[in-house]
Amino acid sequence: MSPLQFLTDLVNPDLAFLPKALIIATLAAIMCGVVGCYVVLRGMAFIGDAVAHAVFPGLAIAFLFSGSLVVGGTVAGVVTALLVTVFAQNRRLKEDSVIGIFFVAAFALGIVIISRAPGYAGSLQQFLFGSITGIPDRDLYVVGGTTIAVLFTVLLLHKEFVAVTLDREMARALGLRVFWLDLLLYVLVTLAVVMAVQTIGNILVLALLITPAATARLLTDRLSVMMALAPAIGAGCAVIGLYLSWSWDLPVGGTIVLTLTAAFLVASLVAPRHGVLARLAA
Amino acid sequence: MTAALEMIAVNADLGGRPVLRDVNLRVDTGEFAALLGPNGAGKTTLIRAALGLIPLRGGTVISSGAGYVPQRHEFSWDFPASVEDAVLSGLVRRIGLFRRPSVAHWQAVWAALDQVRLADLRKRPVGELSGGQRQRVLVARALVVSPPVLLLDEPFTGLDMPAQENLTELFTTLAKERAVVMATHDLAAAAYTCDTLILLNRTVIATGPAADLKDPAVWMETFEVGPGSHLLKALSLTPAGA
Repeated sequence: MSPLQFLTDLVNPDLAFLPKALIIATLAAIMCGVVGCYVVLRGMAFIGDAVAHAVFPGLAIAFLFSGSLVVGGTVAGVVTALLVTVFAQNRRLKEDSVIGIFFVAAFALGIVIISRAPGYAGSLQQFLFGSITGIPDRDLYVVGGTTIAVLFTVLLLHKEFVAVTLDREMARALGLRVFWLDLLLYVLVTLAVVMAVQTIGNILVLALLITPAATARLLTDRLSVMMALAPAIGAGCAVIGLYLSWSWDLPVGGTIVLTLTAAFLVASLVAPRHGVLARLAA
Repeated sequence: MTAALEMIAVNADLGGRPVLRDVNLRVDTGEFAALLGPNGAGKTTLIRAALGLIPLRGGTVISSGAGYVPQRHEFSWDFPASVEDAVLSGLVRRIGLFRRPSVAHWQAVWAALDQVRLADLRKRPVGELSGGQRQRVLVARALVVSPPVLLLDEPFTGLDMPAQENLTELFTTLAKERAVVMATHDLAAAAYTCDTLILLNRTVIATGPAADLKDPAVWMETFEVGPGSHLLKALSLTPAGA
């Protein structure tokens, strides 16, 4: 299918779900790209994975009671993030063990809950791997509002997040409230993930958080550039991935993730100074 | 002399175990003091207690404001930040929530970089610096708020000789206008360059200029070594009767 035909389909009123999916996937990719920069720089990819899985019971409960998936997922993600932050204060256990316990528990709870729903196999697959149909109109407003809120929070607290990431010990010495900043960052990660879950799916959403930020990191040594590049790469790949999935009738989540992976591989080849080609030429 | 940092009968715990007991010390403006003791003696804990980073179980800390230079490994050197960005992060509280740095803040950053002689590297990514340069960045980050006390936690770890000497020279200069306390394992250099040595092992065993600490007993007690130790020979201290 040519890109022109894709554009025609986008404005076709019979295919109203398509532009909705495109908008939501793009906004979610922008949010994930920005928040993902902190996740990648702090080496907390595992936490991103945990939060992504942790939203599942919330989605399941919302699905069972026909509530808002976005609200359900956010609540579940934040509760799990809180549990991890609190239990990680216990010095006998490393944070990654605590995360390992709670995210699998949350996911298991989600499976048990959704098994109570009639005909759950189909909806389970939608949750896990994403789908571009069945997005209610009000989700557009929710995702739009959340994008603005997340980006605004990042803009306001950027230098505090940077200070904590650079050197936690020093951040504490300077009097920053490290615990609250950590928790807020988890909430931002949760929000970004929840917004992306519907189109890209619960299992694959981690790619939207990590891959664009990691790709951007390969291309620059400047944080401001990285934080502009990551959402651009994420959004670009979301659009291209959706187009490819629509043209060739491929699963949308998987296609977007593979597009992102391709971008990452290209960047690691051609990155200035540290890329494979630059190193071969040197 | 005015006391820049004073600790009176300080007790502090780490993970429920008492680490510091009855620590008394005083460092004056213009004084370069070395904090010496074996691993686990409580050097880092003392520094963190002086900063108010850990709760005291007793005692008082009187400080007119301390700048902190933590161990180099605490900092994420792979972070995409330039030298001046890293130093600016020392001003994060002073700039204030929801605000951006002003020209005055940047001028403070550049002045601090001038002091540690890194002004020409201010745009360089921190990941591309040598060990000695990295240590200077951390010192500049502490200096950016012009603290009357500078607390350095093992700044020489993993550094080669010219880097150690250049840093020592820098610290000596900085100590002219403020109090500098440096935890270190380099006993010989400390004895040679610092005005005061503080021998710490859970408590202050002895303190004073190197010339006044000629009694091998205090060194043996601090470092838990016998009279035949290389340490005493290296410091040219001979136990009585040996």
